Amino acid sequence: MATPQDRQVSQAELLAEAAEVIPLRQASLWGDAWRRLLKNKLAVFGLATVILLCSIALFAPLIAPYGEAEVVHFQLALETPSWYFPMGIDQNGRDMFSRMVYGARVSLLVGVVAQIIVLGIGVPVGAIAGFYSGRVDNALMRVVDVFYAIPQLLLVLLLVNMLGPGMKNIFIAIGVTGWVTMARLVRGVMLANREQEYIKASRVAGGGSGYIIIRHMLPNSLTPIVVALTFGIPQAIFIEASLSFVGVGIRPPQPSWGQMVGTGQQYIQSVQHMMIFPCLAIALTMLAFTFLGDGLRDALDVKMNE
Amino acid sequence: MVNFIIRRILWFIPTILAVAMVTFIVMNLTPGSPFQPEGANNLRQDVIEQIERHYGLDKPLPVRFVIYLGKAVRGDFGESYARRSQRVNDILRRTVPVSLHLGAMALAAATIGGLALGILAAVNQNGPLDYISASFAILFYSVPSFVLGIMLLIFFAIWMPEWTGWRFFRVGGWESPRDWLLPTIALGAGPFAQLARYTRSSMIDVIRSDYVRTARAKGLAEQKVIVKHVLRNALIPVITLIGPLFAALGTGSFFVEKVFRVPGVGQFFVTSMSTKDHPMIMAVVLLYGTFLAVMNLVVDIAYGIIDPRIRLSGGGE
Repeated sequence: MATPQDRQVSQAELLAEAAEVIPLRQASLWGDAWRRLLKNKLAVFGLATVILLCSIALFAPLIAPYGEAEVVHFQLALETPSWYFPMGIDQNGRDMFSRMVYGARVSLLVGVVAQIIVLGIGVPVGAIAGFYSGRVDNALMRVVDVFYAIPQLLLVLLLVNMLGPGMKNIFIAIGVTGWVTMARLVRGVMLANREQEYIKASRVAGGGSGYIIIRHMLPNSLTPIVVALTFGIPQAIFIEASLSFVGVGIRPPQPSWGQMVGTGQQYIQSVQHMMIFPCLAIALTMLAFTFLGDGLRDALDVKMNE
Repeated sequence: MVNFIIRRILWFIPTILAVAMVTFIVMNLTPGSPFQPEGANNLRQDVIEQIERHYGLDKPLPVRFVIYLGKAVRGDFGESYARRSQRVNDILRRTVPVSLHLGAMALAAATIGGLALGILAAVNQNGPLDYISASFAILFYSVPSFVLGIMLLIFFAIWMPEWTGWRFFRVGGWESPRDWLLPTIALGAGPFAQLARYTRSSMIDVIRSDYVRTARAKGLAEQKVIVKHVLRNALIPVITLIGPLFAALGTGSFFVEKVFRVPGVGQFFVTSMSTKDHPMIMAVVLLYGTFLAVMNLVVDIAYGIIDPRIRLSGGGE
């Protein structure tokens, strides 16, 4: 039987234990979000697929048995999948599997670099417009209106037509047309945050505008930006695939999934493997990013203004 | 209300002008005139000048822009560079109805299917139907239309005849109604998924609101609650989706038309990109831009009529 004294001791022990445990579980925004994300099965699937794709892209030369445009044997052209060539051979006698692996590199690179450009233009413009509002904000919103009147894909088509095909020009075209969405998003968050008390407090404490934007407002806009980026990457991949599909994107012989689908369509009556694998790859990539984006949005509890 | 409509219509004009200007500038910065670089062809200087005069290329850019606009307003989009002797108007007259036809079918299918699925999913929230619809929606939402089109083509037009001997679907073309089916699915799938997702979340927002609880508390039949109270209010925000939907249909049609060899304006547009057929590009972009702007205008006005809060706050921003 436990005496009252015992109980007191055990309570004190419990408290001590709790005191040890509680500081360990630091409730940071990102830690909580990460834990919530891991509970979401679809998001975990998306994350795992994205990591897998990134590793494939990174280690492409180690994974691919042949070079990105290496002709294995012209005699084997249009050969269907076999033990030696798991995804078959294309019309020029190149190994489809190797080209798929290098294609992952192109897709992810386009997605990431285009989003870096979007960030580089969109965040400062949006931050300045949202923070100072007034005339700067008005001017920006008029530009945004014009950009919104033309679908992004149409604008990218025009720009790529002007700059010529090739990876670098696709980066530029997607970046230059995509920053508006980011700027609008950042502006909205800035406007909402501007009137918050901690900003006033920082002002009173003598913080300058630049300091407040960088130290207070941007960190508080980080979660919507991260979510927008996760949705922006597949959007850029989608645009690249579409451009390459109609033949104005990645310049051959460099492989791209969209371009492989476009080439494969010329042989659709005789062989289909040239389209099926790139189609599946595009679909899987887009799905994975959508799952991850949805999961991140829920985990970070961001309300997207779509 | 009249004020609101006038303000929106006035805003429409500078938007179209800006779209036209951006397109015009972007296009004319394009290197790749037939006369570039200097000495690229062995035509005599006076012949080159004559050709330039014929197409109006001898005047400075701003003048050409104004002349072009003047003609475009009167519905004259000039001569196609790539398909000589054909006027852009004739090409448009031939191809636009095909694209509109495809777009209308896709829109109708997407609207009916998307609304129905979204409503069903919301009513059976977290039930099996909700999960099935969510999976379909996310699949169609994230997979590009041309990928879906190719997959449909391979499955229904190549493999089905091989496996079953049933040769119903063909690899592209636009001759008979059976050729319309696959492109409509490929083009409508994205908007369908978007509508289903949006309708579902809008419905669920409304289902959780107080007045729905009141309606249920006073003993109204579930069906009546859904139809009379939830649907009416939930469908209002869905109207805002129509603008982006038209944009998705428009740009999607470029690729779907190429996949299924539909003789529409999208396919022409993509070819005129590589042939640098400036009058054709300009006409299609203007057409799309105007169409989208008109649709946005209609949506804004409709929304202003349905939901008074919008016009009081002064525009759809």
